[in-house]
Amino acid sequence: MKRVFPILAVLTAGLLSYALYEALVAAPTEQTMGDVQRIFYYHVPSAWTAFILFFVNFFASIAYLIWRNTKADMVALVTAEVGVIFCTVVLVTGPIWARPVWGIWWTWDLRLTLTLVLWLIYVSYLVLRRFSSSGQTPLLAAVLAVFGALDVPLVYFSIWFFRTQHPQPVVGGGGSIDPRMLHVLLINWLAFSCFAALVCWSRYRLEALRREVDETLALEALLDPSQAKTSRSRSAG
Amino acid sequence: MKYLYAAYIATWAIHVGYLGTLLRRYVRLRDEIQEFKTRIEDK
Repeated sequence: MKRVFPILAVLTAGLLSYALYEALVAAPTEQTMGDVQRIFYYHVPSAWTAFILFFVNFFASIAYLIWRNTKADMVALVTAEVGVIFCTVVLVTGPIWARPVWGIWWTWDLRLTLTLVLWLIYVSYLVLRRFSSSGQTPLLAAVLAVFGALDVPLVYFSIWFFRTQHPQPVVGGGGSIDPRMLHVLLINWLAFSCFAALVCWSRYRLEALRREVDETLALEALLDPSQAKTSRSRSAG
Repeated sequence: MKYLYAAYIATWAIHVGYLGTLLRRYVRLRDEIQEFKTRIEDK
């Protein structure tokens, strides 16, 4: 495993570099918007990756609710955290694209608002996990994640069923896209998906190690309370 | 072009920033493990 990770990291870095070249250089320039349309190659793959991560979070949360499996709980935590990062990218690149095209940074349009709500739901999920010390925290977080995931299809289908400022989907929604642009879009999605998978893997290992250390320290505290008190005050300082 | 570059730079700033927090958490955890090992050896 220790050897596989650096190899995959190098391959992913290469793929991300190639995807960047395709997005900035090889992709054809869109006639109406010009070069600013190239934001599309980062904005859309980031949104798709965030949606996939939130779906994985949903299934992991369901698995935790059914089987109380610690690994499922860790997968849920990791995918929520990385999903929030990708959703942040969507919420940042969207307004930067909207400003030159729509003339405004933000509008309280249904899709934009639902995406912001989605981000807030998962940020609150992470805040709950970070600051709640109750033994029931994973259970409460799993329930919150199940409800939060309901917002993902609402975000995705909002532009199908409602008239919004946001453009119609270019893939699978009746819209059309130049095949070369579609190729660049898919390359970027693949690159960001690989990147997300690697980050999730690293975060999962870190979380597993964190829990192992916490368990060991808790065991030490049980065996030698005076020593644990000293170590606690040391770490608090 | 400035909006295009701003979007790409912002994307990578967010990702690199997050990777930085992961690294910081890892270093803190490694220090904790080291401290624990030293404490065990001292006993």
